[in-house]
Amino acid sequence: MDAKEIIARRVAREVKTDMLVNLGIGLPSLVANFLPADVDVFFQAENGVIGLGSRPPEGMEDPDLTDAGGSFVTAVPGAASIDSAMSFGLIRGGHLDMTVLGGLQVDERGFLANWMVPGKMVPGMGGAMDLVAGAKRVIVAMVHSAKGKPKIVPECTLPLTAARRVSLIVTELAVIEPTEAGLVLRELGPGASVEDVRAATSASLIIPEQIPAMELV
Amino acid sequence: MKTAKKADEAAALIPEGSVLLIGGFMGVGSPHRLIDALVARGVGGFTVVANDTAMPGCGIGKLVTAGLVTKLIASHIGLNPETQAKLIAGEIEVELVPQGTLVERIRAGGVGLGGVLTATGLGTPVEDGKQVMEIDGKRFLLEKPIRGDFALIAAKSADYKGNLEYSLTAHNFNPIMAMAADTVIAEPHSILPVGAIPPDAVKTPGVLVDHLLEREH
Repeated sequence: MDAKEIIARRVAREVKTDMLVNLGIGLPSLVANFLPADVDVFFQAENGVIGLGSRPPEGMEDPDLTDAGGSFVTAVPGAASIDSAMSFGLIRGGHLDMTVLGGLQVDERGFLANWMVPGKMVPGMGGAMDLVAGAKRVIVAMVHSAKGKPKIVPECTLPLTAARRVSLIVTELAVIEPTEAGLVLRELGPGASVEDVRAATSASLIIPEQIPAMELV
Repeated sequence: MKTAKKADEAAALIPEGSVLLIGGFMGVGSPHRLIDALVARGVGGFTVVANDTAMPGCGIGKLVTAGLVTKLIASHIGLNPETQAKLIAGEIEVELVPQGTLVERIRAGGVGLGGVLTATGLGTPVEDGKQVMEIDGKRFLLEKPIRGDFALIAAKSADYKGNLEYSLTAHNFNPIMAMAADTVIAEPHSILPVGAIPPDAVKTPGVLVDHLLEREH
């Protein structure tokens, strides 16, 4: 199992029946592949569908039905199509139960930076700032470090996506919960030790006495 | 009763330097024939307000490639390397706006509101230079309305009165932009007799639409 699959399988456990969930593009979108069969949720794509489905069969794509990454998708029974004002009204208005997003950095305050690297990458924030500011729960799904460089840092050096404490950070090494007191190490990834997590993290961590192993779906 | 214009006739209505609101999300729900006619005509200097610039060779990306866009107000340019290259070369001025804020600023422009108060962007570079207001103990950014000289929108179908119906994720910014410009040009996939679109299915009333593009050949 590679790092991304570990992360997606762990995040999938956070998804509960009857939630409205928005998955970011890339790693977060993998979460949909690992949902238990008895979990019944609606996925939102912010470009305008509630009830995002899987890929359509080859040759049967509808050019008017894509996800937020521009890939062809289907819609599940009970789906609704909406315009961008309602889509972001749902996000900002507290109607979105959970968003899962990738991250470039998360810091000790639980603040996320995931939309630009000054001088290198200026793609625009798209819907990320609205999602982080507005969703009831924000889960950051990311590999623990970037080419050996820690991504969980004392204070983000990249521009923030929002000044809001995210709910949970899930990496292949750990589940970390940002709290008022700081970052709490809640679970250890397959084969990972507390020392492994500490070595790959430049932020200070609160280490409880008991840290269970990550359970994956 | 509207008359149906040929794409080149519609493009000829748009003077150099106009502010254009253009519907679409990664090219889905963009007025492609109208964009092609603008590229063929070659008059530019436009300020384009749109969610994104799609990809090179697609939708709004064609206007960027043709050098017709002087200023861009968008939420995401990450999938169009040409837009990013022109931004870095100083050939296009780009204002990046969070997607939910962008659609609400356009909505405000269309519905007579003096601005929008949103928590999205607080504590990020989006806050720079903007007024922060505290309302009942909560902090918000004041975001100003956007209007266009023209809205160029796409729809699934129109009737002879200009009533518009949209399809799936091709709604996106179109119904909102249809309210926020002095002149609205709609490009429907098909044009139907009056009554063929039931009143409950009309998302943009025909009174808002100034010109219809003739049917696809």
